[in-house]
Amino acid sequence: MSEIEIVEQGILEETLTAAMQSGGSFAEVFIEDKRSTTAVLDDGLVEELNNGRDRGAGIRVVVGETTGFAHTADLSPAGLLKAAAAASSAARGDSQTNIEVSLSGGAASDISEIKTLPQQVSKSKKVALLKLADETVRNTELPITQVAARYGDSHRVIQIANSEGKLTGDRQIRSMFSVSCVASGDAGLQTGRESVGRTVGFELFDEINVDEVALKAANRAVTKLDSVPAPSGEMPVVVGPGGGGVLFHEACGHGLEADLIEKSASVFAGKQGEMVAAPNVTLIDDGTMVGEWGRFAIDDEGNSASQNVLIENGILTDYMWDWFRARKHGRLSSGNGRRQSYRHLPMVRMTNTFLTAGEENPQEIIADTDYGVYVAQLGGGQVNTATGDFVFGMTEAYLIENGKLTSPIRDGNLIGNGPQALLDIDAIAKDFAMGSPGTCGKDGQGVPVGDGTPTLRVKRLTVGGTAT
Amino acid sequence: MSSELIEIAELITSWGEKGEQIEAVVARDSETEVRAYEGEIESLTVAESQGVGVRVIKDGRQGFAYAGTLEKSELLEVLREARDNAGFSSPDEFAGLAEPDGVESVSLNVYNDDLNQLPTSEKINYALELEKLTLSSDKRIIGIESSEYTDVVSESAIATSTGIRSSSKESGCCLMVYALAEQESETQTGFGFSIGRSPGELDITKAASDASDRATRMLGSTKPRSERLTVVLDPWVSAQFLQVVGTTLSAEMVLKGRSLFAERLGEKVASPAFSLVDDPTDSRAFTATETDGEGLATRRNVLIEDGELKMFLHNVWTARKAELASTGSAIRSYASTPGVGIQAVSLLPGERDPIELIKGIDNGILIQSVTGLHSGVNPISGDFSTGAEGLRIRNGELSEPLREFTIGSTIQKMLKDIKEVGNDTDWLPMSSAGSTVVINELTVSGG
Repeated sequence: MSEIEIVEQGILEETLTAAMQSGGSFAEVFIEDKRSTTAVLDDGLVEELNNGRDRGAGIRVVVGETTGFAHTADLSPAGLLKAAAAASSAARGDSQTNIEVSLSGGAASDISEIKTLPQQVSKSKKVALLKLADETVRNTELPITQVAARYGDSHRVIQIANSEGKLTGDRQIRSMFSVSCVASGDAGLQTGRESVGRTVGFELFDEINVDEVALKAANRAVTKLDSVPAPSGEMPVVVGPGGGGVLFHEACGHGLEADLIEKSASVFAGKQGEMVAAPNVTLIDDGTMVGEWGRFAIDDEGNSASQNVLIENGILTDYMWDWFRARKHGRLSSGNGRRQSYRHLPMVRMTNTFLTAGEENPQEIIADTDYGVYVAQLGGGQVNTATGDFVFGMTEAYLIENGKLTSPIRDGNLIGNGPQALLDIDAIAKDFAMGSPGTCGKDGQGVPVGDGTPTLRVKRLTVGGTAT
Repeated sequence: MSSELIEIAELITSWGEKGEQIEAVVARDSETEVRAYEGEIESLTVAESQGVGVRVIKDGRQGFAYAGTLEKSELLEVLREARDNAGFSSPDEFAGLAEPDGVESVSLNVYNDDLNQLPTSEKINYALELEKLTLSSDKRIIGIESSEYTDVVSESAIATSTGIRSSSKESGCCLMVYALAEQESETQTGFGFSIGRSPGELDITKAASDASDRATRMLGSTKPRSERLTVVLDPWVSAQFLQVVGTTLSAEMVLKGRSLFAERLGEKVASPAFSLVDDPTDSRAFTATETDGEGLATRRNVLIEDGELKMFLHNVWTARKAELASTGSAIRSYASTPGVGIQAVSLLPGERDPIELIKGIDNGILIQSVTGLHSGVNPISGDFSTGAEGLRIRNGELSEPLREFTIGSTIQKMLKDIKEVGNDTDWLPMSSAGSTVVINELTVSGG
């Protein structure tokens, strides 16, 4: 356990007391100090090594249904008081109040899971990883014409204090590495990408080999040189282990966020306790998964991460909650209150979302499919939670013909409707895996999320190809 | 105006050591965001942000660092980090900062002080009124997802040890509403917006009625069958595709072997109806700007003329590598090094209005929104498919609503398949304007 103190407790108490003066029912100071490093190699050159630092405070004051929010990069007592005044003037209660806020506990978090802090590793060591990835690909005989590699780490320290007396904090350390390749052939250019990212320190590179990451990206691009246009229309879609989590993230994850539920902007509103998916579907959101990309000890409102079962054996068990929405319903937050930075208000967000393993053999699922598409790597996705319509991209996919994977197919989107897709899942394998690190965007805020699935089949989705 | 920012930038460049080039980008903005929900203020955000980015080039090696603060005590630390970082990048003979190139920047009127004068209470009223108008526009509108007023005043300055000095100040405000329409337990959504440099330019009625129309006209929508047919892109959609096309015309993509248009200068890459211009000096564009991300004057660049590929967009680095001059197309924030890209593209308008264009189509689909542009479009290979919603065109008339389908082609083929561009140009809150565009054939994937 280590103490986290960006701003002294006494100053936080004064700031909160000031924030409550206009009659607020709740006030919160969120302090963040984030350092990040990015290194990019492209076209054979280490193009840039960048360092960034973002430090500041976001202060919110809640009165009834209204939230006042102000943020500042000035962490001096005067700067914080000015922001507190701005936030409280935006959310003004009926009467002046004189509440002395006193904080208890101390900001502490457990970062024992981090072995090597990235800032303790020399810059040259980070740059060397990029060069290794580049050389590995260039030393093969593969028809690769371009390689870009990216290293990134971030060290985010947060401290949260609120008018209920809470004082807590966390250190969140993330490391990532990605490689993108371009292959060139008679049919033009094709691309392949592979990325790994974990909520760990530089020990990530003891766990993974960047040369393997690079070769995966390269082979993905080369495979697609022989690709055929994707088919067009409804058919069975088998999604490989790992990446399929994006499907659930879009098909129902967003639709289970309490803020959207409350505004009736989700097809899953009012469906708690109902059968919303095939009986073999159990979906979990879990911020406690050590090392995963969406992992944290506390969320950005100071509540502990937890494991939340969203769908159990096909039945919708619960939504995901942040403090504001939970309070309204007289319950506790589920640890899903997150924000991109101190410049943003928290809202309900996913963490690591995954479908639990089934019983079937993945090869048999493919063998049992006459015609369809096998998606080995998914790109991003998007959903309209109100209608349930969602898309997700395929960046490595193959045709399934007579129970066998045949031609690779070109990039494109698939489209489906969330509630229907959940009911249409007719096979789940036992080969569970977590997928690539993702950034989930909602209302203009991006946060790191993880997802995972075993191999599964949806008996009918619309593949958006051009072949007819 | 921005003299304080330029002073900070100059201060940093004055710390340069022998043999070093230094560039400092300094930015500050203040913003207000009001969200209304069920007649109350859901949230009100008032904030100021600032930041500085420093680039150091020595012996052809570039380093960069940024910080989200302008505190004097931290500026030197940012420079030190950037200087240190330069030691780890590869030497590159083309690395270098911009130098004054004699091109005068146009004077744009992109700042309006009215915004600063608007009291917060009126900003709140905009958001509340927008919700009210949207809810009352149609009885099938049962709620809103969000109704918001946002504004921002941003200032920035760039100074370099190579003689660049530029500063800018701009204002913008926006109304945005997402409406929910319901009929027989089916829900549909639609958005509406209005943008301006000052509140006086905002059209609240239009934002409300657009959101209502977009949501209600999708009620009763069905999934179309898969087929190849004529598709009309509405301005909101065509603008998004122009962003993708713009990506392929960056010289950085070309020089690094990532553009499908490399080696094709002077060739016909699109239909003769297609002329694409990037003109950040056009003050009608919301993204109009006097100077680019490296402090050079922006200029009007004709990228594709009557279907013929005329040029690529350059920043200083790509221009040096290609032995050309920068086209003033560096794009960046203080937290990043300069990239290359479009700043304000639009299509040269055609002859006929959208209604006439649709009249000439027996069987087609008018596309009103697309999803998954980030996941289903590969600007390197050119393959694309996106989720879509729209209206059937039958015998020249708009007919039933359609959803849950995709449209797909390749960028190369789509540009050739453009039949006609409408005489309409919609300036939108993005780096591209939209026009109604008729495409002879796209693949629709549905049921």
